Amino acid sequence: MFLETVASSISNEAFVLGMSAVGAGLAVCSGIGTGIGQGNAAGQAAAAVGRQPEAKGDVMQMMILGQAIAETSAIYGFVVAIILLFINPLVSSL
Amino acid sequence: MNPLLMKFAIGESDGSGLFKIFQSEADMNPIVNPTVFNSVVLVLVLSVFFIICGNAVKKADPTKPSRGIVLLLEMLVTGIEGLVEQTMGLKHLNFAPFIGTLAAYLVCANLLGLLGLSAPTSDYNVTLALAVITIVVMVGSGIKAKGIGGYLYDTYLGDFPFLLPLNITGELAKPISLSFRLFGNILSGGIIMSLIYQALGWFSPLIAPALHGYFDVFSGVIQTLIFIMLTMIWSQGAME
Repeated sequence: MFLETVASSISNEAFVLGMSAVGAGLAVCSGIGTGIGQGNAAGQAAAAVGRQPEAKGDVMQMMILGQAIAETSAIYGFVVAIILLFINPLVSSL
Repeated sequence: MNPLLMKFAIGESDGSGLFKIFQSEADMNPIVNPTVFNSVVLVLVLSVFFIICGNAVKKADPTKPSRGIVLLLEMLVTGIEGLVEQTMGLKHLNFAPFIGTLAAYLVCANLLGLLGLSAPTSDYNVTLALAVITIVVMVGSGIKAKGIGGYLYDTYLGDFPFLLPLNITGELAKPISLSFRLFGNILSGGIIMSLIYQALGWFSPLIAPALHGYFDVFSGVIQTLIFIMLTMIWSQGAME
């Protein structure tokens, strides 16, 4: 009943745009895994520096490099969200 | 300079011009796209700067301790050569000029966001071009070191021929991941900064400098480091 009223009252473009926004929000959820992974790497690096304080420079460099590479999946989600929001590829296929 | 061109090149100073990157291709002349224009200007400025520096180094007296710009350049060259030697080994020190060029361009391009300009690397055209250059260097150095047959065999078949589909996907993913990583990082920083400026208005100078420090300086330098490290690691992997 409610869905029928909604479906008859909004236009196709508005529906696709709204769903694109929802999809963009879902795509940015890929940052969850990245956050967990980066936090894990930082914790391990802290433990490594605690065990071996003289290797701080090497550990730091390796941690930042690994974290930046682990960030890739979040970046992919972000790029998908940006494409959905600003280029609107789905509207043209109506 | 043509004022219209200036407007396109600089965009709105509060960063709201950023969202037009994707939208206004139709009403904007593609040749003076602001990011590409900024990129060309940056390349010209860097070229002139390094030509002047090269002349200063040529005139410098090698018997005296160097100072001023010559000392700075010596530190730069020593740092890049040390990084290349540490990552790729002394044998591949001839990669240092390429890596240094890449690093100089990328650092300046990423830091351009500090001046209120749109960073060239927040345009996918620029990062894709850089990634393609890196891939061409990687494949070229691999072919030069091992020959076409040896390179293709080592890269795609190797010891485990049944991994061929995985290897092909991995090689195709390299330029995509390299370009999207740089593009996404710099663009996300720019978008967050423009959102901050729009949300806070006149109060934005209270909080913006710290965020500029993270999104432009830290993120830009780290992404430069990642880019050149991956270039070196992949090129060395292709040669061995």
